[in-house]
This record gives sequence, C-alpha cells and structure tokens, in this order.
Amino acid sequence: MKKIYLDYAATTPVDKRVLKEMQPYFSEKFGNTMSLHSFGQEAKFALDQSRQVLADLINANPNEIIFTGSATESNNLAFKGLAFNMPKGSRARHIIISSIEHACIMETAKWLSRGFRVTKIPVDKYGMVNPKDVEREIRPDTILVSVMHASNEIGTIQNITEIGKICREKKVYFHTDASQSLGKIPIDVKKMNVDLLTASSHKIYGPKGAGLLYVREGIKLVPLLHGGGQENGLRSSTVNVPAIVGFAKAAEICKKEMAAEGKRLIKLRDKLIRSVLKISNSHLNGHSKNRLPNNANFWFEFVEGESLIMRLDLEGIACSTGSACSSFKLEPSYVLMALGLKPQESHGSLRVSLGRFTTEKEIDQLIKVLPGIVKKIRDISPYKK
Amino acid sequence: MAKKNTKKINTCAGLYTPKVMETFKNPHNYGKIKNADGIGKVGNIVCGDVMWLYIKVVQNKKKEDFIKDIKFETFGCVAAISTSSIITDLVKGKTIKEALKITKDNVIESLGGLPKIKYHCSVLAVDALVEAVYDYFLKSKKEIPAGLEKKHEIIKKSKDIIEKRYEKWEK
Repeated sequence: MKKIYLDYAATTPVDKRVLKEMQPYFSEKFGNTMSLHSFGQEAKFALDQSRQVLADLINANPNEIIFTGSATESNNLAFKGLAFNMPKGSRARHIIISSIEHACIMETAKWLSRGFRVTKIPVDKYGMVNPKDVEREIRPDTILVSVMHASNEIGTIQNITEIGKICREKKVYFHTDASQSLGKIPIDVKKMNVDLLTASSHKIYGPKGAGLLYVREGIKLVPLLHGGGQENGLRSSTVNVPAIVGFAKAAEICKKEMAAEGKRLIKLRDKLIRSVLKISNSHLNGHSKNRLPNNANFWFEFVEGESLIMRLDLEGIACSTGSACSSFKLEPSYVLMALGLKPQESHGSLRVSLGRFTTEKEIDQLIKVLPGIVKKIRDISPYKK
Repeated sequence: MAKKNTKKINTCAGLYTPKVMETFKNPHNYGKIKNADGIGKVGNIVCGDVMWLYIKVVQNKKKEDFIKDIKFETFGCVAAISTSSIITDLVKGKTIKEALKITKDNVIESLGGLPKIKYHCSVLAVDALVEAVYDYFLKSKKEIPAGLEKKHEIIKKSKDIIEKRYEKWEK
C-alpha cells in the first residue's frame, strides 16, 4: 500500500533540489563562518548568499534576517528579546497576542506573564482577528503585539497589514509568526508593516533545524544565547550552514513556484472540501476564503479525532487532528474552542494539509475512504446519526 | 510496550500494542442489545470518551446469574474502543460474580499494555461493567451486594466531579 502524506502543516519532506544544494556543505564546504581562512570564508559566503535569498522572499534587507534553529526559537527571541530589552524601571509591561497562536507563542507569553501582562485577543468563528480589537487593547504600556500570519490548525489568514498599520501608528512593536505562510502566500514585511517576523525551513521543503527571525532595522533585542556573537550578536552558536543553505534553496523554489502551486493546491483543496462536506453532519473549520491554499480542517459530529486519524492511518493516509488525544494532551484544541466550538465538538476535528507532492489521485483516495470511516466510528458510538 | 512488536503493523500506532490496534480495527460485540437486562453508561463527551455497555443476564444450571450476551457502544479514542471491545470478550459467558472480579489491570494485560496516559480507558471499561451489573440488580429488584453499592457510589461521585469541572466549557 502506497502511503499518502497529507500532513504538510506538521512538516514537509526535504525537496530533492534542496538536498542536492545542501550536500557539499557537510563534508567539503564544512568551514566555520567565523574562521578567517578560505574554508571559513567559503561558508560565510554561502551564509551571506542564503541571507540574501530569504531577505528577497519577504522584501527585507539581508541585515534584518537572523538565522535561528527553529521557529520556536525565533518566537522566543522576538518575545524575550524585546521584553528583556526594556530599560530597568520601564513601565512598559503589556503584551498582546491572539487566542489562536501556536503553542510556542502561548507558552512564551505565559512564561513572560510573571513580569508582563498578557492580553489574548479573541477571534471570530472563522478564526479572524478583528484589527479594531487590537487597537482597543493597546495601552500606553504595551510593548508588543503578536498575531500569526496564518493558522497552523485552521489555515485562516489574518489581516496583517491592517494590524501592522495600527501598531505602527500606536508605536507598538508588531510581530507575526509566518511559519505556515512563508513560501505559500506572498509576504512583504514593508507593505505589511511588520517589525518582527518568524519563519521556518522545514515547513517549506527545507531541512529541520533552521528558522529565521526578521528584525526590522533599528529594533534592539537581547539575545537568548550569549557567546561568539554570530548573527549580529543575536544568536551565538556555530552557524548551521548546510541547513541554512537548504532553507535558502527551499525559499528560492517557493518564490519561483508559489503562484502556480497556490492555484493547483486551491483547486485540490476546494475539491476536497466540497466532497467532505457531503458527509452528513460535517463542518468546515476556518475561513472559506482567507485560507492557506493547502489547509482544510473539518469537524464531524459524534466522531472522535484520534479514532479518525488512526483509521485513516490504517488506510495508509496520514492526517492530523487538533483533538485532545492525538497530541497526548487530554484537552480539546484551544484553537477550535476559540472559534466557539464546544469541547465535545472540537474532539472530532480533522486537519488535512496538502503540499508539493500531493496529487489529485491522493485526494480522491481520501474522498473515497473518509465517508466509510466516519460511518464506522459513528456505528460504534452511542450517538448514531 | 515492546517496540519490536509495534513495528510490524507499520502505522502511527507506535503508541499502541498490536493487540490494541487489532482490537480497534475489528472491535467485537459492538452495538445495542434490545431489552438489555442492564445498561452501564460512563464517561463524558466533553472529555472525549463515552462508553455504554449492555448486558443480557440468564441463570445457568447452578442457578447462578451469568452474562449471556454483552455489547458496547463507545465514542472515544483508540484505547477507549479497544478496552470496550476487550471487556466484552473478558466478560461474555462469565457469571456476574466472576465478571465483577475483572480489574483494570486485567483489561490492560489482555491488550498487551496501554500507554499510561490511556489507563483511564481501562478504568472506564471496568466502571461501565460495574454500572451495567448495578443497573441489572436495580431493574431485577435484587438485593445489591455491599461491594457493588460501594463501587457504584465511587463511580457516581467521580462522574459528578468531572461534570462539574466541565460545566464552564459546556456553556
């Protein structure tokens, strides 16, 4: 049985073109970017080139790109870097985030809440943040607003430009986590009024272990890691050149293929959504239009998520759920709850995330087996419909 | 849980033993029993697990009550469905007395193990059985043994606690 991978929002396979680009940087061009000799300079050159490519993808300057080890690290650096940079005695003590951020933002904000007040902005039933809500919550002591560009769970794309504009007017730093959107939809940090932006390599067919934080020129952060002073002093650590070269190659491919690939995926995604919603008592989570081209998220009444995922897996199809069990947290998804779903409703969710190697045949296969699986689960359940 | 075994089935079920996955894939004895002699309903949909057990009780030659038929209906995760199925296997054909001796550890053992975080599913299965038997005693107006009454009280109490805890979410 050929397995079907439909969990690209979790991670993506490394594109062969990316792997090929990375290959020489393991054993041949292995130098340390901080070394003065030719080995070092070779590595440094590759790093600079990569920085340029990533800067180009989001319309930033190369010196505004800080490479990190992951999106989680980037988000931590943005939050803590800014928070710790507040001068002693400063009264600025307030952070605003949306209520559907990724766990690494939620947890960082929670950790900072020992010294900062954190406001979580609600979302509407499609997962949209209302920029006016952000405006209303900004106070004189607010230092940072962070709203994710697109949701990892439901794919909803936020009105970043508008939120950024408000933050700029109010002189509050604005951060966005673009881990799910980079390479899938256009990003322009200047047009979008973004001060800080997080992105990740492994979501765009690059290797794991590379992320970036865009830091608009002039913004001062305190590093999380102190040491040799790499990455403009913001991220000491010997630079992971192979991963960053791969990240850049992945970004370059995305930039070139984004428009056509987006269209292709939207077509597949919408076919999937149309078909799945024919199943009785099924619903779409997230926004019908402001949505990542590769994301579909459903919930089925009287279906438990883990059972659904496992039955799909037995059919060779890999998807995920926002539900309690799958993540081994016995709590319903806070993202779906933020949309207004009841806990029992958010247990039955299914996230299907498409990607570069997804074919129509694979989507057809999912469309074929899903109704039977849902029926089987409902047959076993006391709540037959 | 033996890692070696889980590799064989080659699914994301690395969390679960082959026996759990097999039981989940083809659960035994699911459905309703019409005119059941006892029904046990446990769990809470808010938590994500609801288990209903139906039993049919008849007397054997020694005039002992025994469980002639048992069926389940479960809303829940892989572990919840597997423990439901396995308890029906364990109980079917046993006397009520024997059935009430079944523990969560018996359930876990019969499945070749469960991840710790899913142990509550084995408890749920045993509780459902206790409740079904309790319901049978009530319906047939038999004297309820002290041990059974006590078990029932404990289940009821924890059910109330959970329901209270999730009240805020229900709104």
